Amino acid sequence: MTPPRQPPPDSDLTLRREILDAAGIGRTLRRMALEIAERVPQEARPIYLCGVRTGGAYLAQRLSALLAEAGEAKPLLGAVDISLYRDDVFRGLPKPEIGPTELPEPLDGRTVVLVDDVLFTGRTIRAAMDVLADYGRPQAVKLAALIDRGRRELPIQPDVVGVTVETTARESVRVMLAERGEVDRVVLRERVA
Amino acid sequence: MTGFAHRHLLGMEALTGAEITQLLDLGERFLEIAERPIKKVPTLRGKTVINLFLEASTRTRTSFEIAAKRLSADAVNISGSSSSTVKGETLLDTARNLDAMAPDVVVVRHAQAGAAEMLAARLRAGVVNAGDGAHEHPTQALLDCSTIRAHKKRLEGLEVVICGDIRHSRVARSDLWALTKLGARVRIAAPRTLLAPGLEAMGPPGSVTIHERIEPALEGADVVMMLRIQKERIGGALFPNTREYSRYFGLNPRRLALAKPDAIVMHPGPINRGIEIDPTVADGPRAVILDQVSRGVAIRMAVLYLLAGGDAGPSE
Repeated sequence: MTPPRQPPPDSDLTLRREILDAAGIGRTLRRMALEIAERVPQEARPIYLCGVRTGGAYLAQRLSALLAEAGEAKPLLGAVDISLYRDDVFRGLPKPEIGPTELPEPLDGRTVVLVDDVLFTGRTIRAAMDVLADYGRPQAVKLAALIDRGRRELPIQPDVVGVTVETTARESVRVMLAERGEVDRVVLRERVA
Repeated sequence: MTGFAHRHLLGMEALTGAEITQLLDLGERFLEIAERPIKKVPTLRGKTVINLFLEASTRTRTSFEIAAKRLSADAVNISGSSSSTVKGETLLDTARNLDAMAPDVVVVRHAQAGAAEMLAARLRAGVVNAGDGAHEHPTQALLDCSTIRAHKKRLEGLEVVICGDIRHSRVARSDLWALTKLGARVRIAAPRTLLAPGLEAMGPPGSVTIHERIEPALEGADVVMMLRIQKERIGGALFPNTREYSRYFGLNPRRLALAKPDAIVMHPGPINRGIEIDPTVADGPRAVILDQVSRGVAIRMAVLYLLAGGDAGPSE
C-alpha cells in the first residue's frame, strides 16, 4: 500500500514558474463561464454551479458573477465539502476542517456543474460526486476546473478546463486567490528536498 | 486541521476549554447531516463501534448507535441483561473479549465510577465514557454546552442554574467542569441532602455557588437545567417524598419567571413530569429539551469521528 499523498510544506517547494497571473485568471474564468453556458442545455437553466470547498467554492462564486454579467439568468450557487467523503481520512493525515455543504435547491433532475481549482488525481471529484449522490439524483454532473495538471488516478475527465499543465509527481500547483487574502496567482512549484 | 490530543473521551475534567470548544465546533458540522435526504456519510466505513451499556439507557445508547450509523460505522450494542456479566464475568474480562474482536471504539456505561478509565488503560480501542456511576458523562456535557451556545451565542459570562440531585449526578459534574472551563458561572440548587462536597472547587474561585433554595438561584439566570430525581439511586430518606421535593424545588411557571425573560430550560432526561419540572414548563416555549437530544447525535458523531481510527500522525 502506497502511503497517502501529503502536501509538502511550503519550505520544501521552490517556484518553477507562474502559470497564471491575476489578469490571466480573470481572462481564463471569463472564457470558462462562456464554455459552461455552452455546455449546459437551455432546458437546464438556470445554471447550477457547485464549488468544491474551499478553492472551488470561491471560483464558483466568481463564475456565477461572470455568467450573470454575460446575460445568463443568475446561476444557482452551491458548495460541497468533501472532508467526510475522502478515501484517506484515516491514513495518517491530520483531519481537515469540515465545512458545510450548502445546496440552494434539490439536485433531482438538475444539471450540476462541479467547480474545482486544480484537477489532479480525480479523488476529490470522486468524493464530490458521492456527496452529490447523497443529496439527490442530478440529471447530469459536469466538471469545470481552472487547472488540469494531469496524472489522474481515476477515470474522471473535465468538461471545461482553464489551463492544462503537464506536471511531474514532484511538482505541485498552487492556486492563490484574493478570497483567501492572497494576490490572485497560479504557480507551479517543485519539491527540492 | 483538526487534531485531537486524546485517544479516549473519559470526562470533561481532563479537557481544556479550547479542546471542548473544538468538539463543540465539530459537532455543529455534523448537525446538518440529520437534515439530508440520505442521513449518512461514508466516513467511518469499516470501523466498528461497540456500545457496552451495563446500565439502563435508551436515549444515550440510541444516540450513540445513530451517531455511529450515520457515519457508516458498524455499531454493535451490548446491554447489561444480554451480556455475560450476568453469568459472573467481570467487566474487564468482558471488555478484553470484545477488544479481541478488534473494535475501533468502545462506548461504555457502567454503574461504577472509573469504569471507563479502567478500560481505557487496558484496551486497544478508543474508549468513550457514556456515564460511569456518579462521576462523569462527558457527551451529555458537550451536548448541553452545544445547546446553550446555539441559543445564547456564547457561554462566557452566562449564569447557569443546575437544580436537583447533584449528589448522584454525573451530568452535573461533567456540566460543572465544562461550563466553568468555558467561562460560565454555575449556580447549584439542591436540598442539602442531595449536594456533594467540593462542588465550589470544580471551577475557578467564585464561578460556582451553592443554593439550598431554588428561588435565589433562579434570579436573573440565563439557563435553567433541571436534573431528574434519580429514584433508583436514592436508597435512604434523602428527602421526605417527591411531592415535597416538587413543592420546594420543582420548576413551575411562577419560579421560571424569576429567571431572565429569555432564559432557556434544559433537562438531560428522562423527565419526571410533575416532580422536578412542571409539564407546562417542560412543554413550554422556553424548553430546549428536544434540541438537546438532536444535538446529542451530532456531538457523538464528532466524538466518534475524532476517536475512531487515529488522528494526526501515521497510525502504523
